[in-house]
Amino acid sequence: MSTKASRSAARLMLAPAVILLLAWMLVPLTMTLIFSFQRFLPLRGGFQGWVGFENYARFVGSSAFWPAVQTTVLIVGGVLLITVVLGILLALLLDQPMWGQGIVRILVIAPFFVMPTVTGLVWKNMFMDPNNGLLAHLWRFFGGDPVVWLSDVPVFSIILIVSWQWLPFATLILLTAIQSLDSEQLEAAEMDGAPVLSRFWHIILPHLSRAITIVILIQTIFLLAIFAKIFVTTQGSFGTRTLTYLIYQRVLESQNVGLGSAGGIYAVILANIFALFLMRIVGKNLDR
Amino acid sequence: MGRIVLEQVTKSFGDVTVIPPLDLTIEDGEFTVFVGPSGCGKSTLLRLIAGLEDVTSGSIRIDGRECSDIPPAKRGLAMVFQSYALYPHMTVRKNIAFPLRMASMSRQEQDRRVEQAAAVLNLTEYLDRRPGQLSGGQRQRVAIGRAIVREPAAFLFDEPLSNLDAALRVGMRLEISQLHNRLKTTMVYVTHDQVEAMTMADRIVVLRAGHIEQVGTPLELYHNPRNLFVAGFIGSPKMNLLEGPEAAKHDAHTIGIRPEHIKVSAGEGAWSGVVGVSEHLGSDTFFHVHDTGLAESVTVRADGDVRFSHGDRIFLTPRTERMHRFDTNGRRLA
Amino acid sequence: MARTVTAQRKAINTAVAWVIGILIFFPILWTILTSFKTEAQAIADPPVWFFFDWTLENYRVVQERSNYSRFLWNSIIIAGGSTALGMLVAIPAAWSMAFVPSNQTKNILLWMLSTKMLPAVGVLYPIYLIFIQLGLLDSRFGLTIVIMLINLPIMVWMLYTYFKEIPGEILEAARMDGAGLREEILFVLTPMAIPGIASTVLLNIILAWNEAFWTLNLTAARAAPLTAFIASYSSPEGLFYAKLSAASTMAIAPILILGWFSQKQLVRGLTFGAVK
Repeated sequence: MSTKASRSAARLMLAPAVILLLAWMLVPLTMTLIFSFQRFLPLRGGFQGWVGFENYARFVGSSAFWPAVQTTVLIVGGVLLITVVLGILLALLLDQPMWGQGIVRILVIAPFFVMPTVTGLVWKNMFMDPNNGLLAHLWRFFGGDPVVWLSDVPVFSIILIVSWQWLPFATLILLTAIQSLDSEQLEAAEMDGAPVLSRFWHIILPHLSRAITIVILIQTIFLLAIFAKIFVTTQGSFGTRTLTYLIYQRVLESQNVGLGSAGGIYAVILANIFALFLMRIVGKNLDR
Repeated sequence: MGRIVLEQVTKSFGDVTVIPPLDLTIEDGEFTVFVGPSGCGKSTLLRLIAGLEDVTSGSIRIDGRECSDIPPAKRGLAMVFQSYALYPHMTVRKNIAFPLRMASMSRQEQDRRVEQAAAVLNLTEYLDRRPGQLSGGQRQRVAIGRAIVREPAAFLFDEPLSNLDAALRVGMRLEISQLHNRLKTTMVYVTHDQVEAMTMADRIVVLRAGHIEQVGTPLELYHNPRNLFVAGFIGSPKMNLLEGPEAAKHDAHTIGIRPEHIKVSAGEGAWSGVVGVSEHLGSDTFFHVHDTGLAESVTVRADGDVRFSHGDRIFLTPRTERMHRFDTNGRRLA
Repeated sequence: MARTVTAQRKAINTAVAWVIGILIFFPILWTILTSFKTEAQAIADPPVWFFFDWTLENYRVVQERSNYSRFLWNSIIIAGGSTALGMLVAIPAAWSMAFVPSNQTKNILLWMLSTKMLPAVGVLYPIYLIFIQLGLLDSRFGLTIVIMLINLPIMVWMLYTYFKEIPGEILEAARMDGAGLREEILFVLTPMAIPGIASTVLLNIILAWNEAFWTLNLTAARAAPLTAFIASYSSPEGLFYAKLSAASTMAIAPILILGWFSQKQLVRGLTFGAVK
């Protein structure tokens, strides 16, 4: 199909995208890598010499590191658990015949389109505020003491807020996957005498496994980078400082660029581990 | 005019040779069918003629003009694709008129030709619909319409009926044949279905692995298959091919006898066997006979009213004058 | 499934689904409702639901006090500009990979995907530094470029999967019909690609509109879009729920509407075509 002329034209058309992305990736990443081997404090004298791997050791050795890792794992794991489990259930429900299916779908999907800063602030103030929040009203209505959500159970609160935002994403993808299941397969299983629950376990769930993997990988990559919701709710206090937030604080708040850059390189490596798995799945998809 | 001459044409994709050097002449006005199993290179050959693939070497001449370096549109050919390849965003009218529009033909001439083609193909009332609103058969007609308005030197068909259901296929087969009778334009038709080949072709080209196995009229291929491959490929049900002592009796490595050339009898005959599956078509009945000692199963054709049951022992007599003999290399023995 | 579902079963499904749907939607609904209340009603206990004095006062105050329209304008320019610029780069790239694939195409696509996975925080300081050097800090232009770049892989991927669905035979048919490259692109390819292009544009406006990492870190007063505007409510003074709600409603309404139109495309775009 392709002649030589069209091939070189195609390369020319591809070039801007490749060059832009290459620059976007290589230039800052190289800089981060270089900074990570420096003692670099822009507000206190700037460049103060090469320090080898000291920043890497200090970043891991600091008292804030392990708690941040723990928080990150808790938040990512918690959100994944909630969104995947509820997402499957919701997707199954939305796949059932009902009246007003389209409208329910719209209602369920809506949170995904809400700006992260709005999500954070609306939940923080109008729901989780211990005095005027709606949840406080609810607790008092049932005679309980209002929970001070963002300082008593801060990590759980963040998980709740983030899950609310990402549940629609999981639901939508899983619903799409369920709808692509050949109904003859389910009918065959029914003819074979499989009850509802085993049809779910043996047919629906395996069919969904690829979609679930994709949801987990994509969400992980986005969740690791969660920033705005923490920025507007707790500012990383009360043990909600994730790895991303810790690096942000090192770089921009305390302006310890060398240390932050070492953290940044850790984050890049971490994200790439997940990205590798995701790319293998997506790559297989390309071959079909 | 549409005389297509292929000389020493080859095609390779990288290291894989799909068409080894091949010569073929398609005469003007002839309905030629390329037939063969999937992967035999028949579609590639058609696409080489169309110009959708570049030849690796060799020459293609259409009406004496060397075409191997000319882009598809300039070769004066029209093609009907397997998937119909209609433009989904255009109405039927626009679809059919598209090649005319590309040729910068006047509006009046475009309209005249489209109306004419639509009338021939019974599409007049669908002209303002989009392809998505048409049935498979109608889409096929639109694709043909788009081909005929150009008044091409030759039509190329790439398995055009394989997406239609069985009943429609028989109807469209007839329509294409009638079209050929009326237009008398060269047509090159690719199919894997030997029935289509037999019913439509003036001349059949049997291909295997890029090689031409045999070229001939349908009856030539039926009566004088040049080798075992053609013998087995042409004819339905397939020719019975027998090896061993029975073949040796006729001084051959393999003998072939078509189901319709074997006489069936309840009482006596050269061979005997047990009836397995019977297929009743009404007009004919095909018996699959086992335990003949000749081959796994021998297929025979009998009249529709001949009745034997499963397990009956029957007798078979081949018509020796209709027997085909092949040597160890599968070549026909004179 | 041609079996009839009993009305009872359907009624139960409907009831359960609606309750859950409204529960999930509730924070948004509550925000919208609150935006029409007075500040006192906004924090009333027990809460007031629908029967209050509906007022547009909050919207007026938000508009006046915080120069809302400038933030809105910044959001529109950044989201629209990054999408338009991105498409300019992405369409040719996706086109060439879909229709003139080479043996490197798959690797290039996957590599582009991997750049999307780059954690922003890892390159925060270099970008910050580059922005200072180039005088791009707190400029709409700088932010537009950055947001275009972070969404470029998604654009290319989405367009690629759409272009891939255009059957090659149709392009061949056009070539047989006498169309040159120009006519092929103009009369056949473009009309068939428009739905895919439209979906890609839609999804990218949404993503750009909601982007909050770079907008929060690279802007101050001049170029801040709505994400940053809303964030300024995180250190409140006095009663502000109704005003926060009004500001939030204005910030999310346009994107909610766009989002509902693009549900299906969202799946394809965010899963890089792995789920359709």
